[in-house]
Amino acid sequence: MKLYTKDHEWIAIDGDVATVGITTYAQGQLGDVVFVELPDVGKALTKGGEAAVVESVKAASEVYAPLDGTVVEANDKLADDPGLVNLEPEAGGWFLKMKLAEGVDTSDLMDEAAYEAFVQTL
Amino acid sequence: MTAADTPVLETPLAASHVGLGARMVPFAGYLMPVQYPTGILAEHQWTRAHAGLFDVSHMGQAALIGPDHATTAKALEALIPAAVVELGEGRQRYSQLLADDGGILDDLMFAREAGADGRILLVVNAACKTADYAHIAARLPEDVRLEIFEDRSLLALQGPEAEAVIESLGGEVSGLRFMDVASVVIAGVPVHLSRSGYTGEDGFEISVANDDVTRLWDLLLEDARVKPIGLGARDSLRLEGGLCLYGHDIDTTTSPIEGALSWSIQKRRRKEGGFPGWARIARELEEGPARIRVGLLIGGRQPAREGAEIATKDGTIVGRVTSGGYGPTVEGPIAMGYVPLTLSMPGTDLDLIVRGRALPARVVALPFVPAGFRR
Repeated sequence: MKLYTKDHEWIAIDGDVATVGITTYAQGQLGDVVFVELPDVGKALTKGGEAAVVESVKAASEVYAPLDGTVVEANDKLADDPGLVNLEPEAGGWFLKMKLAEGVDTSDLMDEAAYEAFVQTL
Repeated sequence: MTAADTPVLETPLAASHVGLGARMVPFAGYLMPVQYPTGILAEHQWTRAHAGLFDVSHMGQAALIGPDHATTAKALEALIPAAVVELGEGRQRYSQLLADDGGILDDLMFAREAGADGRILLVVNAACKTADYAHIAARLPEDVRLEIFEDRSLLALQGPEAEAVIESLGGEVSGLRFMDVASVVIAGVPVHLSRSGYTGEDGFEISVANDDVTRLWDLLLEDARVKPIGLGARDSLRLEGGLCLYGHDIDTTTSPIEGALSWSIQKRRRKEGGFPGWARIARELEEGPARIRVGLLIGGRQPAREGAEIATKDGTIVGRVTSGGYGPTVEGPIAMGYVPLTLSMPGTDLDLIVRGRALPARVVALPFVPAGFRR
């Protein structure tokens, strides 16, 4: 199940583990990504709290955790190849995997159709 | 820089930018292209390798007009620390408009037009131009006046192929060297241009009538060597060039000496003074300023942005980053900032504090990328 936030993160949930990244729209707005600061494995993430920082040529932007959980893996490939975020934002350019907290509420996240409709309003 | 309720102005090329797919952002009261669809990295690299075309019509163009060169030059010398009187015809210089305490009100280019005795052309920053004009006009002698050119646009064509592009359109510029100015005709369009810019590359800033600017812009873009470049790449190019952005690297709290701009104050002016802030500037030239702008090459890949603290290796905060980002030609993060004079020698190891983490940085001589000027 892949869901989206209004801050342009995506979260692909598989059981109690979820992969998080930024959307194609978000990378287009940011422009060329030159650095991604990822959290350490084991870090507790709070929904809406800072999970990572993505740096484009222009500026630094925060990436927020879509749900509560704990980081179980960070995408090490982004250290040497931050441009993957531009090339494959919703595939190889993922940011982190997190173990979801029990009973997380996904009701205010959007599905793909709702997110696409949201982007059209921007 | 611009309050949300400030009316947003446009340059005569606004529709051209939108037509090219530019992302338009408010900057200094104008809606300006920050990037075109290829993006900042590609635009930056294109300018270093070929020729990049910039719309910088938001900048202020004006002239001081007096009865003869000496009179106009002396009027300008009362406001800036550069030598104007001995400037040759057809030559341009960089300087700063100074406050009485030696702080920088704006930085600017001034040029002595060939064959127009008593006229000195000025180019000032968009965000400062209204205040600059008021400041200048209030301080001119009776026989010198300020004329503001609202009817002229400004293009910059920057990069190693800029000269060949203009020559191929009939503009005779190959005889000009860095900081020369001349009136030439490019494909039938009369322009005033200077061989200068804000990228560290060879190139030209081209002043052209608003009525002609779209035609000239389109003509230049028809050349395959030319691509449009937005403000995003303009910023990364000038940062690699070690060039100051007013309001960030220099402002009313910094003197030209602190800003590492003492090269722009010629010997006679240092000795004679006669400009605002001379007491401070003479003292800083004699004793050295308390702090000075330096280049910082950052280890790793993480950029440090404006405002990041600069610390010694033992953790003492000694200054702040005033411009910082990723240098596409350097292929790594670079910054400029102020440090105490004792820590300003190239090779000095420091840390930049970004979100609580210390990034190793080394003081390096500016520019980060060797200038391609045609001297």
